[in-house]
Amino acid sequence: MLARLGLEPGDEDFYAEQLSGILRHIDRLQQLDTDHIPPTAQVVEVTNALREDVPRPSLPQEEALANAPAAVDGFFRVPSIQEET
Amino acid sequence: MDPTKLTIGELGRLLQDRELSAQELLVMHLDRIEDADGEVKAYLRLTEELAGEQARAADRALKDGEAGPLTGIPMAVKDVLCVRGVETTAGSQILRGFKAPYTGTAVRRLFEAGVVMLGVTNCDEFAMGSSTENSGYFTTHNPWGLDRVPGGSSGGSAAAVAAGEAVFSLGTDTGGSIRQPAALCGVIGMKPTYGRVSRYGLIAFASSLDQIGPFTRSVEDCALVLETMAGHDPLDATSANRANDVRRSLTSGVDGMRLGVPKEYFDVEGMEPGVKVAVNNALRVLESAGAKLVDVSLPHTDYGLAAYYIIAPAECSSNLARFDGVKYGMSDQDAQNITDAYSHTRRNGFGTEVRRRVMLGTYALSSGYYDAYYVKAQKVRTLIKRDFDEAFTQCDAIVSATSPTVAFPIGSKTQDPLSMYLCDVLTLGGNLAGLPGVSIPCGMSEGLPVGLQVLAPQWREDTALRVAHAYEGGSDMRVEVALLG
Repeated sequence: MLARLGLEPGDEDFYAEQLSGILRHIDRLQQLDTDHIPPTAQVVEVTNALREDVPRPSLPQEEALANAPAAVDGFFRVPSIQEET
Repeated sequence: MDPTKLTIGELGRLLQDRELSAQELLVMHLDRIEDADGEVKAYLRLTEELAGEQARAADRALKDGEAGPLTGIPMAVKDVLCVRGVETTAGSQILRGFKAPYTGTAVRRLFEAGVVMLGVTNCDEFAMGSSTENSGYFTTHNPWGLDRVPGGSSGGSAAAVAAGEAVFSLGTDTGGSIRQPAALCGVIGMKPTYGRVSRYGLIAFASSLDQIGPFTRSVEDCALVLETMAGHDPLDATSANRANDVRRSLTSGVDGMRLGVPKEYFDVEGMEPGVKVAVNNALRVLESAGAKLVDVSLPHTDYGLAAYYIIAPAECSSNLARFDGVKYGMSDQDAQNITDAYSHTRRNGFGTEVRRRVMLGTYALSSGYYDAYYVKAQKVRTLIKRDFDEAFTQCDAIVSATSPTVAFPIGSKTQDPLSMYLCDVLTLGGNLAGLPGVSIPCGMSEGLPVGLQVLAPQWREDTALRVAHAYEGGSDMRVEVALLG
């Protein structure tokens, strides 16, 4: 549901079986005592690469929308996101 | 000599001496692609018009004496690297028809150096796989055995170089996706240190692991292409601002160097005896060249795959959230509401492996499981990185097989995802620790190529390339072009 993959009833059994096998392998991580080990999110020394907040040209609107499946008046068009009340 | 079998260095001399024009070289490659690619299927699409323009510009530069070592050299590009105006689909149906609005930094730097782009190569969908069988289009065949996979995910790029369909090519490596196909196709492939090459313009899979790197026919070529792509880029916040010194010790040899041999990497599950023999022979060549082999240990090797298959899917599930049918690519325009539009688009657009990993990643990141899976895997990542740090106190570089097996038959691992994941057991540690690694052909087993992997400490591409160069010279290794038919 979270991933919005649109699974259908038959899919669930197929993936459940495969994912269980993968998770069984992954469970070996629980054998390791990591209570005092810090997590590693990334491995290089770069931290907070900041730059001056100076405006600069970006992709023109026309090009940014060139691949849009549907565009109207310079916007991406999507189905309604709220029910009418 | 047929120019489609030569290295960048050799072709550069022919071009500089005006014995061959860039346009002639382009035509020779297009002819070779015409002859071979019906069977190999390395390319998803050709960029002949762009190539023609670039070849004409290269010939002008050669005439005017303004050419560099890459001017006029034909290149293939993996389908995850954006090139302005070129359809770029990450091997996925969900991006069919997407024309990149800009060119990524690595490719742009090569274009500025005068390279000629032949086309876009096949890969596993969103670079997730070890065989190209997860491509949303078709499977690439190994030029050394057409019933075999070329490896993956950058299988099309590796096969193109192996089949004489490109002089060099670009791939990306998240868990082994350059080194493993290089090994299986008998070419040289390198994953640089995380942060060495800008990822701007790369369609992201797992952002803390992905790196762009080359496939080539000589170590010298590998160093040249890497050096050209490398360097700080303000458009990628993880790109490092460091000296571009990857070639500094290329020809220094290995005399007196200590090469670490990790016992865990020689006893992994599924290691083929023929691979072990070829790698041991390669170690003997390096020893004869003056290297000292030392035993080292990477004690958490057995946990690498498990940590990787939490971290990579977690990052991918987040990165792939952007494919929702709104901004580009496939889109369900008939849905009644936005959530149906998302679900229908993603159901139709993503293949089985991508769905599997998005599910796994979403699960590992969901509240209640986050600590047990994602944080746990990140902690194990620390342990794996420490294993390498410790090993590198005893040696200058680590040598092993790149892949435990030679190229396997098409279809033999598709029903069992875990068996496919095990292809990367010797390479993914390098990604988790951010290390540079190169794979270089070191003989054959069962008539198929075997790869030797050299891993070096972070930012020591020069060391990895130096060892590879010493092996290449010491063994008289020459990357052969597979002759089909």
